[in-house]
Amino acid sequence: MKKITILSLALLAIGLVAFKNHSGGIFKTNTGNINFFSHTSVEDIAADNHKVKSAFDASSGKIQFSALIKDFEFEKALMQEHFNENYMNSTKFPKTTFNGMIENMDAIKIGTDGIYTSNISGKLTIKDVTKDVSTKGTFTVKGGVVNAKATFQINPTDYNIEIPRVVSKKISKDIKVSIDADYTHAH
Amino acid sequence: MKKNIILPLLIFSVLTAKSQGMDLLDDEEEVPTTNYISATFKTNRVVNGHSIETVAKREFDFKISHRFGFLSTGAYELFGLDQANIRIGGDYGITDNINVGFGRSTFGKTFDGFTKYKFLKQSSGVKKMPISAVWVSHIAVTSLKWSQPLRENKFSDRVSYVHQLLVARKFSEGLSIQLSPTLVHKNLVDSANRNNDIISIGVGLRQKITSRTTINLEYYYVPTGQLESSKTNALSIGFDIETGGHVFQFFLTNATAPFEKGFITDTQAKWLDGDIRFGFNIARVFNF
Repeated sequence: MKKITILSLALLAIGLVAFKNHSGGIFKTNTGNINFFSHTSVEDIAADNHKVKSAFDASSGKIQFSALIKDFEFEKALMQEHFNENYMNSTKFPKTTFNGMIENMDAIKIGTDGIYTSNISGKLTIKDVTKDVSTKGTFTVKGGVVNAKATFQINPTDYNIEIPRVVSKKISKDIKVSIDADYTHAH
Repeated sequence: MKKNIILPLLIFSVLTAKSQGMDLLDDEEEVPTTNYISATFKTNRVVNGHSIETVAKREFDFKISHRFGFLSTGAYELFGLDQANIRIGGDYGITDNINVGFGRSTFGKTFDGFTKYKFLKQSSGVKKMPISAVWVSHIAVTSLKWSQPLRENKFSDRVSYVHQLLVARKFSEGLSIQLSPTLVHKNLVDSANRNNDIISIGVGLRQKITSRTTINLEYYYVPTGQLESSKTNALSIGFDIETGGHVFQFFLTNATAPFEKGFITDTQAKWLDGDIRFGFNIARVFNF
């Protein structure tokens, strides 16, 4: 009986060690920024979300984002209301998420200050529609803080975002999405 | 005996599964927040009367309210379209919750102004509030020539006031209901035995049809005995279409005046007689 208890504890300890080693490199933020920008000759529309949650695993390269639609802030209050009410149905679809991989994680030396470029690809979900997205990212490591920047384009119609004909000239088919996040090591 | 082996194995496998990280953000605790309800109504009017919506700070909502003649006037008047009765005005946001507005209406050549204060916002989450509530005080000044110029006429005789408490709740994504207890004070009444103060209660209802269109109902009930028997209650059915910065409200109503004192106490037409007007409000928001 005693032997088995010891065995259990040993196994548990191995498990814990394995877990600890593996998760040693998780970097997180709760205040990442997503900006989107739609340019047309009629109107420029921009919004910022400063409450983006994101984390990446420095050993596996896995990277994830989660942002609440209602946290996107517009210059015009009415635009923000229409964004939530008419375009994004944020009560029904409160979140947008990205689940992907940093493809060349090995090349990014988290322990050494420097600027590293990488390819990131994964699945972006908006309004329950999931599409593959890939882009180049820049990781800037400085004093333990990892800043990640990336931009990519999305077409709103790909994500079931219906744009009425009367405003179609005001909303671009190529919306530029910019990510800017400062990660710190998660303890 | 066997159970004792399975247990640590289970713990071990759970831990490994976790380390492979199905979701790196799963263990993030949600920070509790307060969610304020938005868009209880499409715009700051239900049909004739105010809704609990306010324009945002430094925004100006320019409004043209247009009412045609009665449908019952028949084909000769193109069912009322030959006649027009309008109010031109606007609402301005001093803050997100304090608005002022003004307007000038054909009806009684009336100038009107109001201040509006939203003091409760419906919310869920950390701060729970079941309703939104707004106070509106209006002043209306008629500029018609005196009907009895020989009598001693004072400026104050032209003035009336309306005070309203608007209480609304968005019950679901689609359905919002508003109650609007209202006090109308007329400085000058039609005859000596009429009271200067008239109480009324408004009911507003909106049902969303699509994300950009709603159907609205509005009824202002004036308890009987306060007004001449020729007066009726204002009943309106509206249809809102919102396109970007514009809101179009199309409606049928028996009221003529597009301002509170007018449609609450001066409505004479009856729906059952076909004395219904087609009308629309066009609202365009400008930013400063």
